Amino acid sequence: MTADPAPTHTDSTRPMWSRPAPPAFSWRTVAAVLWREWAVFRRVWFSTAFGSIFEPLAYFIAFGFGFGALVAEVAGLSYFDFIATGAVAIGVLFSSIFPALINGYFRRKEQKLYDGLLSAPLSIPELVTGEATWNALRASAVAAVTVVVAIGFGVRPQATVVLVPVITVTAGFAFAAAGAAFGAVLRSTHSFDMVIVGVIVPMYIVAGTFFPIDGLPQPLALVALVNPLYHVVELLRAVTFGQPSGAILWVHVAVIVAFGVLAWLLAVRLLRRALID
Amino acid sequence: MPPSAVELRHVIKRFGRLTAVDDLDLVVPTGLCFGLLGPNGAGKSTTMRLLTGQAVADEGEVCVLGEPMPAASKLVRSRSGMVPQADDLDDELTVGENLAVWARIYGLSTSERGEAVGRGLALARLSDRADTPTRELSGGMRRRLLIARGLIHRPELLLLDEPTVGLDPQVRQGLWGQITRVRDDGATVVITTHYIEEAERLCDRVAIMHRGRVIAEGPPFQLITDTVGREVIEVVGGSQAVADVAAQAEGMGALTRDTGMGIAVLGAEHISGDLAVAGRRRPATLEDVFVVLTGEELT
Ligand SMILES: Nc1ncnc2c1ncn2[C@@H]1O[C@H](COP(=O)(O)OP(=O)(O)O)[C@@H](O)[C@H]1O
Ligand SMILES: [Mg+2]
Repeated sequence: MTADPAPTHTDSTRPMWSRPAPPAFSWRTVAAVLWREWAVFRRVWFSTAFGSIFEPLAYFIAFGFGFGALVAEVAGLSYFDFIATGAVAIGVLFSSIFPALINGYFRRKEQKLYDGLLSAPLSIPELVTGEATWNALRASAVAAVTVVVAIGFGVRPQATVVLVPVITVTAGFAFAAAGAAFGAVLRSTHSFDMVIVGVIVPMYIVAGTFFPIDGLPQPLALVALVNPLYHVVELLRAVTFGQPSGAILWVHVAVIVAFGVLAWLLAVRLLRRALID
Repeated sequence: MPPSAVELRHVIKRFGRLTAVDDLDLVVPTGLCFGLLGPNGAGKSTTMRLLTGQAVADEGEVCVLGEPMPAASKLVRSRSGMVPQADDLDDELTVGENLAVWARIYGLSTSERGEAVGRGLALARLSDRADTPTRELSGGMRRRLLIARGLIHRPELLLLDEPTVGLDPQVRQGLWGQITRVRDDGATVVITTHYIEEAERLCDRVAIMHRGRVIAEGPPFQLITDTVGREVIEVVGGSQAVADVAAQAEGMGALTRDTGMGIAVLGAEHISGDLAVAGRRRPATLEDVFVVLTGEELT
């Protein structure tokens, strides 16, 4: 029938049905999702890297030199140290929640990538975990670059700054899972604005990133307390400069972990609803 | 290996008020190329999604490769390959990477993967394009790659949802060859189509689907001869010609069907003389079967 016959797809000795049943949740499958991200990233890493260096630079120049001249000290830190940690936190938020939201939407709705993947032995928990882990790693790379840039600007962190990646991986995973949950429910690209203006911007403003939450009116300060980004930035300041300190740090850890678990559960549930008829 | 690759019993799948699959009974024997033939909206894709656990039946039992669905969905998906109706190749990746990602998801070991990707590339006849961005492929190449992707792990069951839609006849025939070889290698193939020729030439057995049900099932040739006989005389003409032929056919006890442009007399192998209006003799097709059984056109 065909002009140039293709080789057949199997040899005669395939033990197809002797293959063991895959586990319900397999880290190898999660790794497969990560590998796909890596395969794309290794071709476009340059533009990503460029953005991740340029963004904190912009913050440092605008806020550090701009406001820094007016404000000497905030919450016991120099203003520059204060916004340096704020910039790390914002970098983590943006580089995890945005790709999770936008990829989540397009891969589900436009590319039908998820639909295809789910006909292979990939479960929704594995998919969500894989993509959130990737975004967490990328967000942490961005955070690491930001820390280096900050050091270049004269910021002098203490030794526990090496704990920053632990915080950024955890927080990045949580924000990415939240982004995936939104990506699973959006009906059109118009809804991006709603999520960005309604969720991400308030999260980023009311978090004590560029100005302390003490200055906020009472209701907004309360909002900050339930804002995971606030807890992230407080933890970042704790490991970078030793303040705040004390038992309150465990509250910050607990909030971030609880937020991550909830966001993951929600993303799995919403994606299942969107992808399984 | 279970004797039937797929078994559906009284399966119902609803989308709100719409019943997409309606009390469907279907058995696909192992080792055949089995066709689901039906017009758009008949419920073919929904049936395929029930087989991968991407749709969950509201009622009835779905068994694939002897395993209950959707309970055993991951196991079943690891042993079957699905080629979806909509092209979902990953345009961010190269041709080779598309296959490599799937090899990983199917859990092939590092040593198996390289060989599997090479085999997939050869199967898709894209060996010289492993590093080509997927978005640069032609429609026919993309389809071949999609099928090779579904075969990367040597599945026992290959599910193809309208794999040749929108392809040139020549490309389509090439794909038929590829699909036939999969069956010849011992895998079961389930293919949905609304192309008569595809169902007749490619499939060992065909189930005709209409409004979520199977209304006839069997080897294509047998389905045709049992329902409408071997030959058809097609008459093209106005209402007078149609009426004349219809009356004459009724006198001879032959079934007829409206063709839009005239009338077709079925079971024409039993008619030796000429009809009132001259017509064209042709072999009966599954299209005749479908029209006779449903009173509707297939496409
Ligand atoms: N996810 C869905 N939500 C609502 N209706 C659906 C969905 N999927 C399919 N349908 C409807 O179910 C019917 C059968 O569709 P489908 O299985 O795609 O048919 P086919 O593949 O034979 O063209 C159609 O009327 C279709 O509109
Ligand atoms: Mg369909």
